Amino acid sequence: MIIGLDVGGTHTDVVLLGKEGLVRQIKVSTNPSDLFATVLNGLEKITEDVDPGRIQRAVLSTTLATNRIVQQRMPEVGMIISAGPGMDPELFRTGPHYHVVKGGIDHRGREIAAIDADEIHKVVDVLEKKGIRYVGVVSKFSVRNPAHELAIAEILGKRFEKVFLGHRISGALNFPRRIATTFLNASVYPIHKDFFEAVVKSLAQKGLKLPIRILKPDGGNMRFASSIDYPAQTVLSGPAASVMGSVAFAPQSDTCMVMDIGGTTTDMAMLVNGVPVLDPAGIKIGEHKTLIRSLDTISIGIGGDSVVRVVDGKIHIGPDRMGVAMAYGGPVPTPTDAIFILGIGEGGDLEKARAGMKALADELQVDVQTAAQQVFDQACQTILNEAGAMVERINAKPVYTVHELWEGSRLQPRHYMVLGGPAPGSPRVSRVWATARWKWCRAGRWPTPSVPAWRGQRVR
Amino acid sequence: MLRARNKTGLVFFPAFDWAISPTHPEREERLLYTQDQVFEEGILDIEGIIEYKPDLVTKKDVQRVHFCVPDLWAVMTESHFISAGGAKTIAMAVMEKQVDCGFALVRPPGHHAGRVVHGARGFCNVNIEAIMIEYIRKAFGVDRVAIVDTDCHHGDGTQDIYWHDPDTLFISIHQDGRTLYPGTGFLSEMGGPNAVGATVNIPLPPNTSEEGILHVIREAVLPILEDFKPEIIVNSAGQDNHYSDPITNMNFSAQGYAELTSLLRPHIAVLEGGYAIEGALPYVNAGIILAMAGMDYSHLKEPDYNPERIRQSPEVTRWVKRSCEKVLENWYQRRQLGELARGDARLIQRDRKIYYDTDNIYERQHETLRVCEDCGGALLIDSAAQDRKHILAVHIPRKACQHCHDQGLAWYEEADLEVYDKVYLQDRAADVMKEKARSA
Repeated sequence: MIIGLDVGGTHTDVVLLGKEGLVRQIKVSTNPSDLFATVLNGLEKITEDVDPGRIQRAVLSTTLATNRIVQQRMPEVGMIISAGPGMDPELFRTGPHYHVVKGGIDHRGREIAAIDADEIHKVVDVLEKKGIRYVGVVSKFSVRNPAHELAIAEILGKRFEKVFLGHRISGALNFPRRIATTFLNASVYPIHKDFFEAVVKSLAQKGLKLPIRILKPDGGNMRFASSIDYPAQTVLSGPAASVMGSVAFAPQSDTCMVMDIGGTTTDMAMLVNGVPVLDPAGIKIGEHKTLIRSLDTISIGIGGDSVVRVVDGKIHIGPDRMGVAMAYGGPVPTPTDAIFILGIGEGGDLEKARAGMKALADELQVDVQTAAQQVFDQACQTILNEAGAMVERINAKPVYTVHELWEGSRLQPRHYMVLGGPAPGSPRVSRVWATARWKWCRAGRWPTPSVPAWRGQRVR
Repeated sequence: MLRARNKTGLVFFPAFDWAISPTHPEREERLLYTQDQVFEEGILDIEGIIEYKPDLVTKKDVQRVHFCVPDLWAVMTESHFISAGGAKTIAMAVMEKQVDCGFALVRPPGHHAGRVVHGARGFCNVNIEAIMIEYIRKAFGVDRVAIVDTDCHHGDGTQDIYWHDPDTLFISIHQDGRTLYPGTGFLSEMGGPNAVGATVNIPLPPNTSEEGILHVIREAVLPILEDFKPEIIVNSAGQDNHYSDPITNMNFSAQGYAELTSLLRPHIAVLEGGYAIEGALPYVNAGIILAMAGMDYSHLKEPDYNPERIRQSPEVTRWVKRSCEKVLENWYQRRQLGELARGDARLIQRDRKIYYDTDNIYERQHETLRVCEDCGGALLIDSAAQDRKHILAVHIPRKACQHCHDQGLAWYEEADLEVYDKVYLQDRAADVMKEKARSA
């Protein structure tokens, strides 16, 4: 059996999976100041009456690091930067403890200016005096030659709790992103360390000796032990995880677009021969452009519960959500209400849905049925347009060889896969996706991975 | 967040799988280190710098400019369709106002390719700037264009294409032709009889440094541009004036190129030569991009940059100043000089010999121009390459007057197909490109 543990900012979800599918699922609240108690509590509940010998591994994910970055609740970290000629390194300042030092490496990895050990000793003293415990060291072109980062790290020695070196974070060329990524690793290190220790101690206390994996935003996972050196690699793994879930059901050849139409947003990704398309540069989190590899996903503010308004005679859908659909007692009309009125959804209070849509219909000067149709069509069209734009953007990615430019294949989705939709073979596919997903969403019956209540509908 | 002051388009096409030959300077890795530097600096992440994927040019785009002998497919490689296409992509982005300005960092280059093309010369097959300019003239109705060629070699191909065009100002700044390929571009070369003054050559002595080149920009190029009032300024941005370039003898620098760019403020820059691929290009290209984007480039210097070491001698300074004065004198007298050149002739002829160094082709041209006060004048070119083809080409300018149009069509109709392997018509007024040959 496999334990799945997702530690969020307010709740921690734990599931137990067996060959037969979902065995058990529980939810406990997260206590950020005592993660050990949180994780232990979750583990106790999920493994109750289960033979520990039958559990093969634990797979984790967490939004702890993500939340700290997004909410800008990070400890002060020191950065030591050596840039050499190029853009002004001050442009990439991460905070008050950002020190640019001498030294330079060129594009071939040759040293063009030496570092000055005395200068670095002075920086170390300053950082220590300020009580800094986590430090990032980044030099330009360090992926071509890490000598300067290594030499600086040597000088730092054991005077700080943890030192992150830019060249270890990613092999890609991009100095500003290397700085940002190294900075984020140092910044989320303490919270990740708490999480790490909580998990290790809880498992030990439960007597569980398991291989542990943790999810990454590129759809892969890493050994939990490695994550202590790459804590920022745990951010934003959620969207990737749901795309990876779809891979199991996606066609293994051709291009497939995955659309997850939710209550607030619609998330999309592309699969080529069953493999998700990666973001060419790296994930963007908050204001930070990073080198953290991730899947190329987009999220648009339109979903089943999006607020529908009429402004200047035009329908506007989303991006905000004020609650569930009126058919379910919500405050404002939504695309889900339109679906009920059109008779392509089941359940819910049709009268309430009609009442909500009536106000929009009056403003549009049409009858309720027509208004519902317009809302529905516009929602579907918006999603399709965004999907088209995503395909266009991926195809517009520059290439640097004659061969690729002349022979390079263009992606053209031959399959669309909609999460949440037992779609019958309707010619108006777009309607069906939406209907199906919104119904699921409303019913609160998010399908479990082992029993796919939803399935991908292949559409040519 | 880092933001560009001018929205700047970028086409980067290094053609990592294309070379003239394995050991030729125009080979695969020419832009490799530039790519490394641009990527590592994170320039493509700057808000307002937009990278475009190059389009391909069409056959007609090329035929608007060139007479390709024996045909277009013999002259163009796949890479030429892309490098000209990259310039066109940037021009379209500028014309459609998606960006304020743009830089096509593409190879192979094009400024040595003239109107008639029998093969490659000076590493160039087709003139990518001219193809771009004639495209935007057709598509966007642009009329007056200025080209400032800052490559170290004289842009003789571009000069040839626009020699008779009074609406295209071609200014070339280059190392003196007596000391460098292609051996042309002297002060006295000022354009054909119908377009005297629209070609401006500013040859500079070897070892001219930042001081001299920037002096030329400030004291000669900018005043002439001011006077000419172009709608679009194109910079043929060759980078071989650099002090570390292996095949030239100048002393320019990355800082100099960036300053030149911010003085010139071109709408479109197109990469030409530049073969110091490790020591110069990464810094020069990054500097030009930042300068176009209106950003700080003061930290962009070559690792071995030492302004003292590359400073020009007082003799060079005197030479450069004198040249600039002469250039301006010619510019202000261009109308009188034009009248002198035309005299009372109806047709003016000239003979030329053109050597294609890259492909070892020897071409002889006999050119006939209809003298015209109202347009660029109908142009007839009889071109024969030794041991190769003999062709006749008729060019009717874009804004041809009725007389020149009729004359051009008559030349094409009357051509003796027994004498020529092929006869070409480039009717720019009607945007019709035709050719004919005797049946086999």
